Amino acid sequence: MTTISRPAERSQLYLTKITTRDLNVWYGEKQALFSVNLDIERNRVTSLIGPSGCGKSTYLRCLNRMNDVIEGCRVEGKIALDGDDVHGEDVDPVQLRARVGMVFQKPNPFPKSVWENVAYGPRIHGLATGRAELDEIVTTSLERAGLFAEVKDRLDDPGTGLSGGQQQRLCIARAIAVQPDVILMDEPCSALDPIATARIEELMEELRARYTIVIVTHSMQQAARVSQRTAFFHLGAVVEEGETGKLFTDPREERTRDYITGRFG
Amino acid sequence: MLPLTLALLLLSTAAFVLGRRRAFAVVEGETRLLHSQPGSYGQWVALWCALPSLAVVVAWWLLEPALIEWQTFAGAPAEVVELPPERRELFARDALALSAGEVTSSEPGPALRAAAGRIQRVEGLGQLSVGGLAAAVALMGLGWARGRIRPQLRARNHVEAVARTALAASSLVAILATVGIVLSLVFEAARFFALVPLGDFLFGLEWSPQTAIRADQVGSSGAFGAAPVFAGTLLITALAMAVAVPVGLLAAIFLSDYATPLTRAWVKPLLEILAGIPTVVYGFFAALSVGPLVRQLGERLGWEVSSESALAAGLVMGVMIIPFVSSLSDDVINAVPRSLREGSLGLGATKSETIRRVVLPAALPGIVGAVLLAISRAIGETMIVVMAAGLAANLSANPFEAVTTVTVQIVTLLVGDQEFDSAKTLAAFALGLALFLVTLGLNVVALVVVRRYREQYD
Repeated sequence: MTTISRPAERSQLYLTKITTRDLNVWYGEKQALFSVNLDIERNRVTSLIGPSGCGKSTYLRCLNRMNDVIEGCRVEGKIALDGDDVHGEDVDPVQLRARVGMVFQKPNPFPKSVWENVAYGPRIHGLATGRAELDEIVTTSLERAGLFAEVKDRLDDPGTGLSGGQQQRLCIARAIAVQPDVILMDEPCSALDPIATARIEELMEELRARYTIVIVTHSMQQAARVSQRTAFFHLGAVVEEGETGKLFTDPREERTRDYITGRFG
Repeated sequence: MLPLTLALLLLSTAAFVLGRRRAFAVVEGETRLLHSQPGSYGQWVALWCALPSLAVVVAWWLLEPALIEWQTFAGAPAEVVELPPERRELFARDALALSAGEVTSSEPGPALRAAAGRIQRVEGLGQLSVGGLAAAVALMGLGWARGRIRPQLRARNHVEAVARTALAASSLVAILATVGIVLSLVFEAARFFALVPLGDFLFGLEWSPQTAIRADQVGSSGAFGAAPVFAGTLLITALAMAVAVPVGLLAAIFLSDYATPLTRAWVKPLLEILAGIPTVVYGFFAALSVGPLVRQLGERLGWEVSSESALAAGLVMGVMIIPFVSSLSDDVINAVPRSLREGSLGLGATKSETIRRVVLPAALPGIVGAVLLAISRAIGETMIVVMAAGLAANLSANPFEAVTTVTVQIVTLLVGDQEFDSAKTLAAFALGLALFLVTLGLNVVALVVVRRYREQYD
């Protein structure tokens, strides 16, 4: 019996969507994460902050096992999604990634039409039986990503022809189309201008009603604006984790205070 | 020539050292006052030393034959001067040979000896005076340039201008060589088409270029319908591509997306060794191993297979082209950004779905370019088909029959003694021109396709 299924009634049992216990990650000889313990709460935006190379992106990529793709990467410890170990024997990372979608740092639409970009996931997972159903998924996903109004006359134009902000929202729509529970965002606004960034930040607030969102960001202002919970990573370990407001105004740890006041990083 | 070159080299090295030292001296060691680095001043002086004297040597080179010609007949007896042109030429050649101590066409007479003596004088004078002149010019250039060194002198810019010219000249050599080749093809082909109409050549169905020497022999007319030859080329190319494209492409996919770095480090060079095997080796492999094998196989299945079959040549040629397809495709597949693969994997696509639906479509223009380049390589390939495909110009699509290709025909037409006024010999140039135009067209299309693909991700 596969543990990564979608038992709707069961998923309501947990307030915590993802639990991480004693997670260690190595890239070859180099250890990137040291005994990370972190809980991600349902229908919240959780920010991962910290200086470059602190392991926050590595942690994010563990959540949908994208690190499996990287040569020489070794993961130890437990990550549970709705209580089920994502590294379990019978878990197919391909199915896991359908439940835990990902948006990358640089917008990476496929060199296909806007429509094809969004329909890609539903097609490979067989989520639609016909063209009409697929059309509906595409429309809904684009609407939820706040892009439909802008591209409804250009669905057959290449996705790579959109502006940077539109491309990133297209990537969000593409992730939503697979109907995930969790959306991981790896510095989704670092390649975007302030207006496009604001648009994505608004979107996150709308999306968290349906999805659990984890975002890696370099901007502490962004973390403060969009997230309810924040975890501060430093040197491959979680230094402090808690309510965003509390962490930014009254951190427990000296290192967190130094980082958020700009003394290092 | 050698001592002169050595002397020039030595002189310009000295010029470099002197110029550099002078640059230091001009600013009394304060090099930041100089416009350029001291070394640039050295290079500038060295160039002023070497280039003018090289120009003197080259000028003598161009002038010497005319001088020798003039001296051969200046003061020669009237009966020599008034010889008919071809005898005159023979006399000039003999004089030159005699002056160099080589064999002459007949026993040298007094007129010839005198002419040879004059030629020797010209050459002796040339060696001495040109050597001296070149050395003098080199020294003058050195002295003049050294004296002109000022802090404001833009030595680096001058040196770079010379370097730029040299680089441009080098690329010009390649272009001029191409133009020369094309022109020679075009002119010889034009002579052929004066004898055989273009329409007959392109659309004629019979190829039998062996024109007889006498008019009463069999086959005295010759037939120059190149359609069977083109068809043979097409058939063998198609067979080769049928082997090379699938195998090469699958190998490229394996190398870029499935192989571990260690496997890749071993397999890729091994595959590329295939490209380093001389084609003549492929040729006898095709003729001696694959050809008989294909025939035996065909006979066991009850098919009529000639021992020189299009299939054997096509198969081996396909193997030869595999590394072209795989190496170029591997490059373009690798050039598909990692982010696209991750985007697809992040949506829960499997590796094979990612490759089939994202990576290959994104790399398709580049792959098409690679295949087109491979086709033009297959069309122009000669040795394998010469050895394994046969000579019979059959207009046939049957891969078990012997066919012939454009390159094979060019080889057979031009091997041995040739008379350059017969259509048989000139036909080779017409075939060569056709081959050149086709491969040129393919290469242009391939380059355009590949470039458009590059722009997509840059």
